[in-house]
Amino acid sequence: MDFEGVDFLNLDDAMTLEERMVRGEVRRWVDKEVLPIIAQHFEAGTFPMDLLPKMADINLLGANIDVFYGGAGLNSVAYGLINQEMERGDSGLRSFVSVQSALVMWPISEYGSDAQKAYWLPRMVSGETIGCFGLTEPDFGSNPKGMLSHAHWNGTDYILNGTKMWITNGTISDVALIWAKEDEGIISAFLVEQGNPGFMQNKIKDKFSLRASDTGELVLADVRVPVTHVLAKAKGLKAALHCLDQARYGIAWGAIGAAMACYDTALNYAKQRIQFDRPIAGYQLIQEKLVYMVTEISKMQLLALQMGRLKDQGKLTSVQISMGKQNNVYHALQIARLARDILGANGIMYEHQVARHLCNLESVYTYEGTHDIHTLIIGEKITGLSAFT
Amino acid sequence: MNIAVCIKQVPATESKIKPAEDGLDIDRTGLSYVVNPYDEFGVEEALKIKEQVGEGKVTVISIGSDKTVEALRTCLAVGADEAIHIKDDALAKGDTYITALVLSVALKKGDYDIIFFGRQAIDDDSGAVGIQVAELMGLPHVAGINKFDLNAEGRTAIANRQIEGASEIVETSLPAIFTCQKELNEPRYASLPGIMKARQKPMTVWSLSDLELTAEDCGAEAAKVAIEKITSPPVREAGKKIEGDVPQAVAELVRLLREEAKVF
Ligand SMILES: Cc1cc2nc3c(=O)[nH]c(=O)nc-3n(C[C@H](O)[C@H](O)[C@H](O)COP(=O)(O)OP(=O)(O)OC[C@H]3O[C@@H](n4cnc5c(N)ncnc54)[C@H](O)[C@@H]3O)c2cc1C
Repeated sequence: MDFEGVDFLNLDDAMTLEERMVRGEVRRWVDKEVLPIIAQHFEAGTFPMDLLPKMADINLLGANIDVFYGGAGLNSVAYGLINQEMERGDSGLRSFVSVQSALVMWPISEYGSDAQKAYWLPRMVSGETIGCFGLTEPDFGSNPKGMLSHAHWNGTDYILNGTKMWITNGTISDVALIWAKEDEGIISAFLVEQGNPGFMQNKIKDKFSLRASDTGELVLADVRVPVTHVLAKAKGLKAALHCLDQARYGIAWGAIGAAMACYDTALNYAKQRIQFDRPIAGYQLIQEKLVYMVTEISKMQLLALQMGRLKDQGKLTSVQISMGKQNNVYHALQIARLARDILGANGIMYEHQVARHLCNLESVYTYEGTHDIHTLIIGEKITGLSAFT
Repeated sequence: MNIAVCIKQVPATESKIKPAEDGLDIDRTGLSYVVNPYDEFGVEEALKIKEQVGEGKVTVISIGSDKTVEALRTCLAVGADEAIHIKDDALAKGDTYITALVLSVALKKGDYDIIFFGRQAIDDDSGAVGIQVAELMGLPHVAGINKFDLNAEGRTAIANRQIEGASEIVETSLPAIFTCQKELNEPRYASLPGIMKARQKPMTVWSLSDLELTAEDCGAEAAKVAIEKITSPPVREAGKKIEGDVPQAVAELVRLLREEAKVF
């Protein structure tokens, strides 16, 4: 049976036909191309490379990017809905799209020169070039400001040294957007290509989460980066955080997709599973769980939709995005846990996807600013008092 | 090469259908709608022919309420060049004959070499409109095709249709009408930029008067079929499971077939 989505509050009426069509196409695409193969990839710990040309075919990559550079030029709600549907498939796949579109193409289009845009963006839309975003380091996660990666100007080129950790698409990427401190301490963005002497991309293995996504460690040992590969307008940590805003916005939508997949599975299972001679969906404790799920999904949708409308009006703030990321991922995770419970022993099987979503969401809870870091961001905003240090 | 594809907006495949309270229609509350899947094969084939020939225009045509715009826009997003939306309150109670009549008049206004229909619409499953249009327009038709080839000059076409135990291969002059069956092709996805561009493609709206038809020509009185009642099929009783050793179970099955089901 085709997936129908969850729309308890008739929010479809608040979307345009184009937005619903984009969602419908991606939904159909995920049903056909992703769901049949994703469990195998999760189990094997591999990223489904075969999907790349297919994603490019319908222009999933860089859907938020100007049509001039080959993007789909979608508005923020349509872009959000793509993330939602991709994450209904798998958080790892949505991560791939987020990194490619929001964390590499978006910074190039925002901070790059015309020549850089013309060179990189069409290649990334077509999937010919895969990108990754290197901010986190082994000793600097929540506190990227302290990063040790360093870019020394030798008069002609930058010489990069440092280590980046937990980098999505780390080993499959052709180009890495690396954040490093210049001699004067300003954090800047550099495009480092695969094969660049001194640049190593090592796979991080043995994860129990985001197994269908590639995660890597990037080591830079005296890597020479010419000025043509510097994003000149990206200056300071706030440029990096601005990129993260784009991705976090997509994550807030993505979490809805994972939550819907879990709710849908749990609801159908509960209606069919008979214990004590009745479908378990008829028991109050199960209903309470299902009602929590559909209520929270509806609230997540409201939050995401309002963020999307604000974003298109140029009014969405970082701290509002923090609320969206934090709230939606938190509840998606709770929903995945409850769905896992409702499925009983079946809940641990690959066949039923809820455990896969549950494991995946543990990463989503941590990356792009942990749940608690977003709490501190919102807390600082409303009290005027920073609780970070 | 000018190609028309007649499409219908139907409730999505996974919808749970129940009769409306008046028993004359289905209950349409909360239904989501899609382009009839058989019509999608027609759209895809039209796009493929246009690509193959290297020139031409694909026009999608549909009769329906304001909501039908969504189905037409979906086809434009996939790649059709323009759409014609025929809407008129007088058409609400029509049958397949009325639909065919209106479409045949609309199709005559264009200069189409090929006209595609779905083999049937998955809502009422009549499988009649395409063939009726062929009759009304005096055009040859091939129904339920699963393969289509244009000959080199584009003046005739060869289409395959599945018949009982064999495949029938039909060559026909053009213009002609074809109704599309599964296996004809694999409908493509709309590209995301395609969806955004669909709004800029031309969509013509015609009422009955634009087609020089009247409400009397097309109302309930003119229809050849009157719906008396729509009911759900009776709920099937649970089957019987025969347990035990195979030889005994077979004997029991034969006994039940004879004594209870009375099949022999
Ligand atoms: C699968 C995966 C993919 C990733 N992909 C990328 C990527 O593509 N690019 C990239 O740059 N990074 C990526 N990351 C890294 C991710 O962004 C970091 O893991 C995250 O920012 C948290 O950093 P950390 O793991 O070092 O945890 P830490 O910062 O060490 O945090 C550990 C715990 O301490 C808490 N904590 C930290 N500081 C405070 C404080 N001041 N007050 C209260 N509590 C605090 C945190 O909330 C957390 O609970 C990825 C991570 C994962 C798991």
